[in-house]
Amino acid sequence: MEAGISRPLPGIEDRHAVPIRLTINGVERQLDVAPWTSLLDLLRERLDLTGTKKGCDHGQCGACTVLIDGRRINACLKLAVTLDGADIVTIEGLAQGDGLHPLQQAFIRHDAFQCGYCTPGQICSAAGLMAEGRARTRDEIRELMSGNICRCGCYPNITDAIEDVLKDRVSEPAMPV
Amino acid sequence: MRPFSYQRPTGIAEALRDASGGGVRFLAGGTNLVDLMRADIERPTAVIDINRLPLGEIEETASGGLRIGALVPNSDLAYDSRVEVRFPLLSSALLAGASAQLRNAATTGGNLLQRTRCYYFYDLATPCNKRDPGSGCAAKSGLTRIHAILGASPHCIAVHPSDMAVALAALEAEVLTTGPSGDRRIGIADFHRLPGDTPQVDTNLEPGELITAIELPAEGFADHYSYLKLRDRLSYAFALVSVAAALRLEDDVVAEARIALGGVAHKPWRNPEAERLLVGRPAGRDGFDAAARVLLEGSEGQGANDFKIPLARRAIVRALEQAAAATPQSPTDKRIR
Repeated sequence: MEAGISRPLPGIEDRHAVPIRLTINGVERQLDVAPWTSLLDLLRERLDLTGTKKGCDHGQCGACTVLIDGRRINACLKLAVTLDGADIVTIEGLAQGDGLHPLQQAFIRHDAFQCGYCTPGQICSAAGLMAEGRARTRDEIRELMSGNICRCGCYPNITDAIEDVLKDRVSEPAMPV
Repeated sequence: MRPFSYQRPTGIAEALRDASGGGVRFLAGGTNLVDLMRADIERPTAVIDINRLPLGEIEETASGGLRIGALVPNSDLAYDSRVEVRFPLLSSALLAGASAQLRNAATTGGNLLQRTRCYYFYDLATPCNKRDPGSGCAAKSGLTRIHAILGASPHCIAVHPSDMAVALAALEAEVLTTGPSGDRRIGIADFHRLPGDTPQVDTNLEPGELITAIELPAEGFADHYSYLKLRDRLSYAFALVSVAAALRLEDDVVAEARIALGGVAHKPWRNPEAERLLVGRPAGRDGFDAAARVLLEGSEGQGANDFKIPLARRAIVRALEQAAAATPQSPTDKRIR
């Protein structure tokens, strides 16, 4: 690959920067972004929100899943510049102060991770799944979580954790996210 | 990713004006284009973000069908109650594709324009006539498990990856476009191309032409349909073979039939002759076998994908049986009954 092409020359980022406004985990931010910056790189490299993970950077693993306007999306495939005005929630934004989100609690309770690298994406994806309201059975959870790969193979426990929270949610529909 | 200029028009006329130069790409959901740009396969010098254009609605048409705006996300389309009830084949095909996250981002127009997932198209170190015309085809002497058995050429054996397009082919949808030469209506059968000696051209869209909507005719075959997708994993994988089957039955006799195949060619594969052969016959295995034979006429394996030919034949029969019995393949329970 030609040098200087895949990594743009110094200064070019600034010359092409486009102003955007994003609300990230409840905080409104004005940002100037180069059009080729992914939401994932913006979160991790500029905003120090490194909870969102870069797995494949290719839309295949789901480790970068965040909620954009309430919908789960792969942050690696979204150019930040296209999201002007959007409301973004990352794994850092799910807890209420020191109180973990019910999905975070359930992942701990069910030991739903080993290395933990995919976990932020799994939990954000599960939050999106719950908001969608399409998963009722265990099979449906598995199918609708198939965009999140876990190389440690914790799928049974991940499914248990989500199933647990879904059950609670039926009895308590006011749960956030 | 290579630098590019960025525009975010809010009107269609403005978008077309911005697209009049060379090296331009329209950007919608980005699930394929952004990936291809990062891989240095797509190298636009100007990107026109069309997400603010007014193309996000699903509307009834005067003829009893639906007009689906090009920017309707795949998930919204799959779960739209009108689509679920009247066009369940489309809903089922959409839910068989990608993941929940990708369906949330991917759009109706973008789904049609996604490019092949041929390994060699993605691998810049190998020749590929689709990526670099005239360089050769590494797939032909490479791993061909996922490649075409129908309609391939000496220059390209790639397949089109969309599930949605296979259902649209069976439903005889039309693609509505606008562009420098005005508005057009393109039948889905004429939208994608076979590779021939220009495999770099996937569709019959003209430069700067924009998909605005897809129209479904009124007949949705909601009583007798199935989308049967066979792949290496149970979820989140492209089809080795998929079948969109749709029947209209009158007293267990076939009055109308549609069969489209995915994963086997450079475009959704149909042959009206195979469908006509079913009309007037009982909806049963004898007829389905005969239709499958006609639909697969001329099929040719590349070696490692020879298995696709008998697999496709059996999948066609099974999908038609599922459609006839009104027991469509479930997108969730993957057991094939």
